[in-house]
Amino acid sequence: MSGFNLMEDKLSNAQIAWRAAQDLEDGSYVNLGIGFPEMIAKFQPEGRNVTYHTENGVLGFGRAPAEGEEDWDLINAGKKAITLNPGASFFHHADSFAMVRGGHLDLAVLGAYQVAQNGDLANWRVGSKGVPAVGGAMDLVHGARRVAVVTDHVTKDGGPKLVEECTFPLTGVGCVTRVYTSLAVIDIAEGRFVLRDKLPAISLEELQAVTGARLHIEGEVGAIVVPEGI
Amino acid sequence: MTKVSPSVADAIADIPDGAQIMIGGFGGSGAPIELIHALIDRFRATGSPSNLTLINNNAGNGSIGIAAMIKAGMVGKMICSFPRSSNAEAFNEKYLAGEIALELVPQGTLAERIRAAGAGIPAFYTPTSFGTELAEGKPSEEFDGKMYVRERWLKADFALVKGHDGDEAGNLTYRLAGRNFNPLMAMAADRTIAQVSNLGAPGSIAPEAVITPGIFVDVVVEVSEPQQEEMLVRTGVIY
Repeated sequence: MSGFNLMEDKLSNAQIAWRAAQDLEDGSYVNLGIGFPEMIAKFQPEGRNVTYHTENGVLGFGRAPAEGEEDWDLINAGKKAITLNPGASFFHHADSFAMVRGGHLDLAVLGAYQVAQNGDLANWRVGSKGVPAVGGAMDLVHGARRVAVVTDHVTKDGGPKLVEECTFPLTGVGCVTRVYTSLAVIDIAEGRFVLRDKLPAISLEELQAVTGARLHIEGEVGAIVVPEGI
Repeated sequence: MTKVSPSVADAIADIPDGAQIMIGGFGGSGAPIELIHALIDRFRATGSPSNLTLINNNAGNGSIGIAAMIKAGMVGKMICSFPRSSNAEAFNEKYLAGEIALELVPQGTLAERIRAAGAGIPAFYTPTSFGTELAEGKPSEEFDGKMYVRERWLKADFALVKGHDGDEAGNLTYRLAGRNFNPLMAMAADRTIAQVSNLGAPGSIAPEAVITPGIFVDVVVEVSEPQQEEMLVRTGVIY
C-alpha cells in the first residue's frame, strides 16, 4: 500500500480547475458552467487567448468587476456581474444556443453527479423531490467539440461518481469526452474510461478501487503535478 | 394610430384573466419591472388579471417582479428553465404546496420554441434532452446518425419586454446583456408591449442599430429611469 488517503491527498476544486485549464486551447471559444467550472478561467495559461461564452448572450467577457462597479444589465448565466474584454459581443438567446448546439463552441465544461463510461452525464437532479431546474445544461452537452466534466472522483460518502451506468436522471446521452477529477484525468472513448493522467501518489489499484467502472490504459499514464500555492 | 401608451397602467390594461404572458429578461437583466408591477397594481385594485401563465427563464427573485406576482396569487403556471435560484422562495413555496404548475424546458429549447413561434415554424428537432426525462412523450428521429427530439413552438397572448432606446414606430434596442429573451418574445406574442428607457421620434434610432424592428411591437411606453431587479432584491424591497 502506498498509504494514499483519499480524502486528504486528493486535489482541491481549485487544483482540478488548474489541471483542466492546462488544456485550454489558444484561440478557442469556451463555455464554463456555473460554479466550479467557472474557476478554470482563473488558471488560464499565459499566452493563450480564450473567448468565453455565456448562455444569456455574451461572448468575450472578462473578470468580475470591483464591488460597487457592477452594472446589473451586464451579467453571466450565473447572474453574476461581469466585465467585457475588447472584441466582446451581445446577442439574443436563440443565437446564443445556436452557438452551443450548432457546433461553434470548442469546449463546454460542466459539473457532474455521475458520469458513465459511455459518456452519459447526470448533473441536474438527484431524485424527484424538490423544485427541478435544468437551465442550459441539457443544451450545453450537445454541440461543443469537446464536453468536459470537472468533479470530485468520489461522492462525499466515498462512493464512485464514475460509473458503468448513471442511476440519477440523465442530462445527456453519450456526451462527455473528458473528465477531470480530484485523482485523475480520464477520457471517454468507444464506451470506455481511458486513464490519461493520475496523481503520482495513488496506485492504479487504489484508483480502480474508487472508480465504478473499469479504467482502461492505453500507453503511458501521465502524472498530475499541480504547482505549489494552488 | 399610435403605438405609444401614456403610462404602464394603460399599456397593460387589456391583459385578461388566464392570459399566457412572456416576460423578457434573464434574472434582472432586461426585465420589464415597471410593466410587471403595473400588472400587480391592477390585480390588487380589481382582482384581475389572475390565473396567468408566465414564460420566463426563471421564476422570480426576492419579493419583486415575477416573484411578487406569484406571491400575490396571480400566477397559475410557470414555463421556465431554472425556477430554483438563490431567492426563489415565492415560487418554491407555491410549487411545493401544489399551488402553481411548472413546465420545465431546457434553456436553449425554450429560446428556440419562442423563436420558432415568432418565425411561423410549428415544430423543430433538437439534440437537447434526448434520452432524458424531459423528452418523455415527445417524438424523436434520427438525422445523419444522431437522435433528435421534436419540440413545438411556444406562443403567447402577450409579451412584456424591456428595450433601451425605442421609437414611436416600435423599433427597439437593448442595453448590454439585457437583450437575452426580449427580441424573441417580441416576435412570438399576439400583442407585444415594450417599456423603453428613452422614447424618440421615428428616425431617432439609426436603422442599422435597430435590433427589434417595430413590426413586432404593438405598444411602447417610456419608463425613463427603470428599476433594476438586482438592486431591489439586494435592498430587500417587497412589492
